[in-house]
Amino acid sequence: MRAMFMGFAAMIVIAVGSYFVLQEVGYSAEARGSGNAVRLD
Amino acid sequence: MRTLLSVITALFLALPAMAQDTAPAPDRSATGGATTLEDILARQRGEEVDQTFRRENLGDPDSAAGMASQLGTLGGSSDPELWRALRFGSADITVSSGGEVASVLIQDGGMSWLEFREGPLAKYGGYLLLGTIALLIVFFILRGRVKLDYEKTGRTVTRFKTFERASHWLLASSFILLGITGLLTLFGRMFIAPYISKEFNATLLLASKYIHNNVAWAFIVALVAVFFLWVWHNIPNRTDITWFAQAGGIVGSKHPPAKKFNGGQKIIFWSVILLGGSISLSGVSLLFPFELPMFMKTFDLMRSVGIESLPIYGPLPIGLAPHEEMQYAQAWHAIVAFVLMAIIIAHIYIGSVGMEGAYDAMGSGEVDEAWARQHHSLWLEELEAKGKAAPKDATPAE
Repeated sequence: MRAMFMGFAAMIVIAVGSYFVLQEVGYSAEARGSGNAVRLD
Repeated sequence: MRTLLSVITALFLALPAMAQDTAPAPDRSATGGATTLEDILARQRGEEVDQTFRRENLGDPDSAAGMASQLGTLGGSSDPELWRALRFGSADITVSSGGEVASVLIQDGGMSWLEFREGPLAKYGGYLLLGTIALLIVFFILRGRVKLDYEKTGRTVTRFKTFERASHWLLASSFILLGITGLLTLFGRMFIAPYISKEFNATLLLASKYIHNNVAWAFIVALVAVFFLWVWHNIPNRTDITWFAQAGGIVGSKHPPAKKFNGGQKIIFWSVILLGGSISLSGVSLLFPFELPMFMKTFDLMRSVGIESLPIYGPLPIGLAPHEEMQYAQAWHAIVAFVLMAIIIAHIYIGSVGMEGAYDAMGSGEVDEAWARQHHSLWLEELEAKGKAAPKDATPAE
């Protein structure tokens, strides 16, 4: 059971980590699909 | 007389087909060469309409009516010509941002993709999963659980170490979450929105999107780990032939010899690696829209080795708009995922209710020696030879 929970915990860590890493890198639809001439807000 | 009647019947049956093959192009003189009612009706009947007459009829600005004349209010070209040019990708579009992708203003391939996704994909994908579950239930009723033929010895051998099991559960849990959220994304509008509420479905879809897009990385990491952990033990060898010849002992009472992984497990392993790898590639392509197009390159590669068309699909397309690349990636992602889900459902069955003692391998990592001898006799012999298994006459630990 310990290994199973380690697997689950690793999944949560990787998923949450990837979310913040991609956000930090600036990869979003807003960042990639708009230029200076386009204001989304 | 009977022969004559058969020939006449066959001729009658063949007539419509012959008529279809030789049907002349519709007379479009009444519309001046534009779309006719028959074209529209044919499209509504789902028939293939040759669009050449439109695609190649993009107008001639030099012969357009002057600005001051009755039909010249729009200038050099009329609206239909502009829309046609937009639709068939010949319009000269300039956009301030977004590059090539943003310059595609109309992409009618999206309709085919939508129809495929809501039609055959959902229908046959759903049947595949439900059919697999139904087959396993029938199999369980007929065959029952694969039980141990011998008494448990109480002596155990280590089947999988902690890191192996953690990697397996990382792969398993991420795949199950990806499967559930993927199915919610596909079926939510059909089965949740109309029966519960659109708002609930929307909330579920939003959560599914976040989970699917981020858990995907956990799946990829686990896939790589599992590949390196077990690839050596999953290289096919001669014992697999015997294993398959005896149907793995699942049908009948024989238990063919096997090393660490038997033939069936090797099928599961390579399915997970190859199909999971393909799902990961198309998934990454979808996670970074338009950045990693793969299908045109794949089609070009296939054409370079002489494959011009595929069964059911037909001729391979030439020239894909960036959006079509994404549509192909999504369709492929879902098709392969359905196949892998069906395989994994069977894997879950045999690893839990289908076989006595199988779960221990991934639960505690320790399997009883009797189980190992029955299902992986060659592997147990290897362990005994290396002194990693308890000798046969040892007493079980307290």
